[in-house]
Amino acid sequence: MRAPSVDLYAALYRRDLRLAMRRKADALLPVGFFVIAVALFPLGVGPEPQTLRQIAPGVIWVCALLAAMLSVAQLYTTDYTDGTLEQLMIAGDGALLIAYARAAAHWTLTGLPLVIAAPLFGLMFDLAPASLAVLAATLLLGTPVLSLLGSFGAALTLGLRSGGVLLILIVLPLAVPALIFGTGAVAAVEAGQSAAPHFSLLGALLIGALLALPPATAAALRIAVE
Amino acid sequence: MPMSSTNVSIPHRSAAAADALLAAGMNGMGSPGGARDAARLMEAPALSVRELHASRGGRALFDSLDLALAPGEIVWLRGHNGRGKTSLLRLIAGLARPEGGELLLDGCAPALLAQRTRRLVYVAHANALKDDLSVAEALEFLLCIHGRAADRASVAAALDYWGMAAQARSLVRRLSQGQRRRVALARLAAERDASLWLLDEPFDALDTDGVQRLVALLERHLQRGGSVLLTGHQAAPESSLRIRELDLDARAS
Repeated sequence: MRAPSVDLYAALYRRDLRLAMRRKADALLPVGFFVIAVALFPLGVGPEPQTLRQIAPGVIWVCALLAAMLSVAQLYTTDYTDGTLEQLMIAGDGALLIAYARAAAHWTLTGLPLVIAAPLFGLMFDLAPASLAVLAATLLLGTPVLSLLGSFGAALTLGLRSGGVLLILIVLPLAVPALIFGTGAVAAVEAGQSAAPHFSLLGALLIGALLALPPATAAALRIAVE
Repeated sequence: MPMSSTNVSIPHRSAAAADALLAAGMNGMGSPGGARDAARLMEAPALSVRELHASRGGRALFDSLDLALAPGEIVWLRGHNGRGKTSLLRLIAGLARPEGGELLLDGCAPALLAQRTRRLVYVAHANALKDDLSVAEALEFLLCIHGRAADRASVAAALDYWGMAAQARSLVRRLSQGQRRRVALARLAAERDASLWLLDEPFDALDTDGVQRLVALLERHLQRGGSVLLTGHQAAPESSLRIRELDLDARAS
């Protein structure tokens, strides 16, 4: 017999994936945005391989960041307006589980595809195979942080009229460390150095985000419902 | 702290037997025997509200509201729009905190009630159904998050009670308003415990057949020692229910 909270988490996660399957166009939007935005850079900057190699990690990371923000703004809105959020709040320690489940579902639907797509787009920037692997690894560690941050911002701005823009203003500055260490790791490998320190810091960032952000998100959700 | 549990056991000790009959009679799916026995011992949490003060948007809704609700009782909240009926239900559900006064469920604040989701059922005015889920999936989700049995048979039986079995696989977005209400209320048909039901305008959008089905559910719930607090602007339907009315308008003057 499982604890009810496990059921709640699983039910919520499964529902989110199911809803995304029912609305495939919506679910594919962030990845589509990422693909288009990344593809624009070689066209705009010019086909100089040396330049492209240099800007690749930054471009891919910034585009991943924006794609995550694009998709996270409405994370809690429909649950809020249709009464689901209230029901979830009544279910025991609902708020915290909602925060975890929704961030996890958001990462599965946007972060994970980006991790998979990023190496392909790295090829477009003439990145070496070793750098591609490092880039994918930094995104694997970094995109969950973006989902957790975005979910926190979405909960804070829930019910506000211009929540989408406010969310970006709140969350983007907080995402800067992930951006710096993510791109730094690739730059280090390109320069022939070890990426280990960058990975350690990214990992620490992820652990910190996993522990600190969902409780904050839960508190914001409780305030929004009240 | 006054112990409201003193008045818990009086009205419906005799209901246990009737409850067992009804629970067994409706369908064979309930929880395993042991769990059901344990559930039957429980009664709805006794609600006691004393000098409750709450406001919304800076305007006082009620500043000294008193209300007691014992297991087996049903109270119908009356009042004009904006009088605070929904706010009161949300306060009792623990979704909001009172600004003053005392609101206790079995002697403790609603938000701190052990197993709150087992002890009270809140069906809000919003149906909490997702447009893109099928009817069965939406109901399964609601049962699941509240820790109720959410297997196929339970969901099918609950939908069947409301005459919605034929629509089980269609998407919620295709349903009419009344049908959505039926699906939201189908949760109640799956209830086995004597809990406190907080129903916000449950009769809204229901046809006469739906009203009868809901009344039958309410009767069964009261017989097993549950209690009900509901709102609505219609006249109380013909039934054997002994409904007590609380008029918030009269108090507000």
